[in-house]
Amino acid sequence: MKRLCLFPVLLLLVAVAGACAPAPPREVTIEIHYSHYSMSQIDVPAGVPITFTIKNDDPIDHEWMIGDLAMHERHRLGTELVHASRPDEVTIPALSTRTTTLTFPVPMALMYMCHLPGHEQYGMVGMLIAK
Amino acid sequence: MRRPFVFALALMLAMLAFAAPAFACGGLIGPNGAVNLLRTTTFVGYHDGVEHYVTAFQFAGGGGKFGSLTPLPGVPSSVERGGAWTLQRLVRETQPFRATSLALGAARSADAVEVLLTTKIDALDITVLKGGGAAVGEWATAHGFRLPADAPEVLDFYASRSPIFLAAAFDADAAAARGQRIGDGTPVHITIPTANPWVPLRILALGKQGNDPVQADVYLLTDRKPALLPLARGDNGLTLAYDRTASASLLNDLRSDAGMSWVPATGWLSQLRIDTTAATLSYDLAVDAQGHSPSRVAAGLDTPGAADPTPFALTMLAAAMAALILVAIREQKRIAVPA
Repeated sequence: MKRLCLFPVLLLLVAVAGACAPAPPREVTIEIHYSHYSMSQIDVPAGVPITFTIKNDDPIDHEWMIGDLAMHERHRLGTELVHASRPDEVTIPALSTRTTTLTFPVPMALMYMCHLPGHEQYGMVGMLIAK
Repeated sequence: MRRPFVFALALMLAMLAFAAPAFACGGLIGPNGAVNLLRTTTFVGYHDGVEHYVTAFQFAGGGGKFGSLTPLPGVPSSVERGGAWTLQRLVRETQPFRATSLALGAARSADAVEVLLTTKIDALDITVLKGGGAAVGEWATAHGFRLPADAPEVLDFYASRSPIFLAAAFDADAAAARGQRIGDGTPVHITIPTANPWVPLRILALGKQGNDPVQADVYLLTDRKPALLPLARGDNGLTLAYDRTASASLLNDLRSDAGMSWVPATGWLSQLRIDTTAATLSYDLAVDAQGHSPSRVAAGLDTPGAADPTPFALTMLAAAMAALILVAIREQKRIAVPA
């Protein structure tokens, strides 16, 4: 009899533990300091909107450009000085904060970086993994 | 910054990889960030508590605007046109063989920026600023300087030691319009009351990739043989190429150049050669003009606020040596006394 009672209790505990497991973040804050992103890798859930807040602590402009390798190759050779119209291409002026929201429909891995001259080489690179 | 520093001067004799002016001990910032320079030359004279920094901004052709940011150890009392040939005379003094050949054949800790001084020398617009790294960076960006990626960290590095910067904007178009020809230099003489010489070297690596070469000559004229930090070991990219009493003829020649009447009757001339890479050049040159113990903070080896271990270490070393001597004397006496 005791064993029969114990089983549902255990089931309940497992369910509660699952519900309490940390959910992947839907809001991500990235700080930029001394021309480096505060996170070199970000894990987010696929299929839900993710809001990114990017705080630039430096007295110079930076970018947060996220995409696949082909997208970054285009921007390495690009001449567009300011990115403002696309949510995956964000210019963050000196000492300011910008917010953008993106949804990654399926699991994928993307790179984010700053394409201002010399910034990628200086280490402004990170990876986002949508699971 | 209260800590007395003597400020260093850079003289640019070099030609740029691209058409641009050559600048002194400052980070050179072109339209796409910092511009690579070849070897640069600097002269720092220190006498009666005043640093005399003479640098030349050399027109290397081309157009557009370029800027230079140079950290200073204190507030300059004057910025004026410098003498025309001081650096060349120093080169001749320390490289007599080459000189002979040349002669026969034919260089965020504050919220706002305070503008302390502005002046114009030929095609150079010079501004002396006081402020933290972030504030100076903001000011520079607002005034057309495109700072490279490492600028925020480098500006903070210097601002935490001394919040004084000299910004020089060079208008190559204006220089061309003035009839300046390639190779023409604009000498600038900066006078800074301070207690010890100091030469910013790390700034020379601004905007460079880690493996990019950094080459510079620093001439230092002091009343007596100075103590330097870091030590010129060679393997750290710093070599002491000349280190002796300045000749009377050199001092007489220097004294006869414009604005150089301060040159004393006697002095010690040091020539430091920097041959290294941007990744290695993480230090500045700290000088103790009295020949004792240069500051590790001024050399960039310790952060401001950290206790400078040098005086303490010297005291402890002296105490340890005294103790050893006492023990040795006692031991000798003990041995000398017959049992």
